[in-house]
Amino acid sequence: MTRHTLSVLVEDKPGVLARVAGLFSRRGFNIESLAVGRTEYPDISRMTIVVSVDELPLEQVTKQLNKLINVIKIVELEPTASVQRQLVLIKVRADATVRSQVLETVQLFRAKVVDVSPEAVTIEATGTSEKLDALLRMLEPYGLREIVQSGMVAIGRGARSITATAVR
Amino acid sequence: MVFGIPGGTILPAYDPLLDSTKVRHILVRHEQGAGHAATGYAQATGKVGVCMATSGPGATNLVTPLADANMDSVPVVAITGQQSRPLIGTDAFQEADICGITMPITKHNVLVTDAAEIPRAIAEAFHIAATGRPGPVLVDIPKDVLQEQTSFSWPPEMRLPGYRPTTRPHGKQVREAAKLIVSARKPVLYVGGGVIKADAHAELLRLAEDTGIPVVTTLMARGAFPDSHEQHLGMPGMHGTVAAVAAMQKSDLLIALGARFDDRVTGQLGSFAPDAQVIHADIDPAEISKNRRADVPIVGDCKEIITELIDAVRAERETAKAVDLAPWWTTLNSLRETFPLGYDWPEDGTLSPQYVIERIGSLSPADTIYTAGVGQHQMWAAQFVKYEHPRTWINSGGLGTMGFAVPAAMGIKAGEPDRTVWAIDGDGCFQMTNQELATCAIEGLPVKIAVINNGNLGMVRQWQTLFYGERYSNTDLGTHKHRIPDFKLLAEALGCVGLRAESREEVDEVIAKALEINDRPVVIDFVVGKDAQVWPMVAAGTGNSEIMAARGIRPLFDEDI
Repeated sequence: MTRHTLSVLVEDKPGVLARVAGLFSRRGFNIESLAVGRTEYPDISRMTIVVSVDELPLEQVTKQLNKLINVIKIVELEPTASVQRQLVLIKVRADATVRSQVLETVQLFRAKVVDVSPEAVTIEATGTSEKLDALLRMLEPYGLREIVQSGMVAIGRGARSITATAVR
Repeated sequence: MVFGIPGGTILPAYDPLLDSTKVRHILVRHEQGAGHAATGYAQATGKVGVCMATSGPGATNLVTPLADANMDSVPVVAITGQQSRPLIGTDAFQEADICGITMPITKHNVLVTDAAEIPRAIAEAFHIAATGRPGPVLVDIPKDVLQEQTSFSWPPEMRLPGYRPTTRPHGKQVREAAKLIVSARKPVLYVGGGVIKADAHAELLRLAEDTGIPVVTTLMARGAFPDSHEQHLGMPGMHGTVAAVAAMQKSDLLIALGARFDDRVTGQLGSFAPDAQVIHADIDPAEISKNRRADVPIVGDCKEIITELIDAVRAERETAKAVDLAPWWTTLNSLRETFPLGYDWPEDGTLSPQYVIERIGSLSPADTIYTAGVGQHQMWAAQFVKYEHPRTWINSGGLGTMGFAVPAAMGIKAGEPDRTVWAIDGDGCFQMTNQELATCAIEGLPVKIAVINNGNLGMVRQWQTLFYGERYSNTDLGTHKHRIPDFKLLAEALGCVGLRAESREEVDEVIAKALEINDRPVVIDFVVGKDAQVWPMVAAGTGNSEIMAARGIRPLFDEDI
């Protein structure tokens, strides 16, 4: 199975997320990551969905998605031809004895500290899921108190816009 | 024409119906009946069927018919009342999230939250239901929205940026298909319900006669191609003819038109039509290569596709050398002659159900429309009634909904009042939905119901006989043993004429009597043997080459295919 990133433009209507999520579960596909947000058009939202499936079932899932009346357009974004980013907030145990080591790791990953207390720091980091996994591995020995992660968002490289062609 | 039942939240929509001269509302006895009636109406007329119900249980009673219409791609619009907006989400009286519930079983649904949006929502619902691959659409409207005042112009502007069904086929794909068609040695036209929905039967006939290619019509496509035509091999699939099943198994080219390679047609997918290339034409791109990979996919409306195919095949013929299909026909004709559809009379002297159904088909007028429930009687009705025209066979194919026949017949008769409508039903199915006969009697819909009464859930019993060591767990309904209910008396109680036949001699007589009665519905209780079985059969989970013409007879099994 391979990982695919789908950008799905949908009408901003109630229940659209349930329709899309329901379709995936009904047809037996697992969503690895999902992010939904507005676009430059007020009535269009954009979902970024990461799924692990083979080529043929992927074709089936995109065709089924396309059948949803509220789905306007689906584009698969290749990792090499797109910028893909996730955000993670990490609360890591960091008292005075290890804080400088933790901060060094934060710097190495170009992450930043967004909150600090005597026992812990909270770190904000963005990047590909690989980079964030690496960061988490580095921080794990200090004790991860809490992690919260956003879904992946992705955008194609270059000047072309998938929303512009969709609303034309 | 609307089929429905009013209730608290839909009341504001029902009030003006009282004064309407354009809309006929038929008050049914159960919302499931309204849904199947709308489906029957739509299948018979080609128009959108409409059903209406109140919120909560009214709406949830529509779930089965909506799922049924979804599986069989029937254009149906369901309008449901919903609790008032401030009460939504509070578990209010008769509140059910019907949009959430029907999301996976409708083509689309929508909760209208503003009165100004009602006209557009209704217009879009009809448009979505009827175009592309047809299907059911549900419009849920809260009571307080129905009570608001608004102004509108008709037709309203539709806003469906994500809905653009492809109807024009791709010219290159059509030419590719034509190339395969003229060079195939063992081609088969695999015709599905899409041909009927696209009104493409005339085009199909022309394509078939132009090319001389054998035709099989699926359960949903019976009537798309005349049964009397010599190129017609019958129905494929689990209970198809040996010739139709064998033709597909041995084929080198399947030309699938508006069909979806359903498991009941293909049997075990891995061993289905192993040597065939596939041309798959369908309006729904998601059907193409879903179950079987298509070598030439064509997305579009079947009528347009077949029209273009006819021309493309003619053009191709001018350059290509014609392939002689005679050897192929020799094989198929020999199978057709050796294994025709047939049945034996029960050894215990009881009435043969197949005979009853065959006689109904023979004695009824040519333009009669037939519907059925689900089970043995349905398969026999598909096999032993001869269909010459599209929209004369209407049944529940995909979902397999027992209880479909009586309400569907009601809807068919409402749509085609001048034609004879027969519901061939089973005693199990009949007991699920027969209350709609009261509706038929009161609303002047004189349908004819043939209850093929074998006292059992016959198809389940057949499987128990074949695969469960004759252990008949919970399939005896007692309709024979106790004559409960007495279908003749029940019919009379529901305002119908009740008739009964228990021997061969009585069959023609009661059918003739039923055909004469046109002022009331008629129910005939045909008391038939319980051990009759549906043959041929491909056992579930096995390959189509293991088709049994009768118990233990496998004509294709050891043969070199």
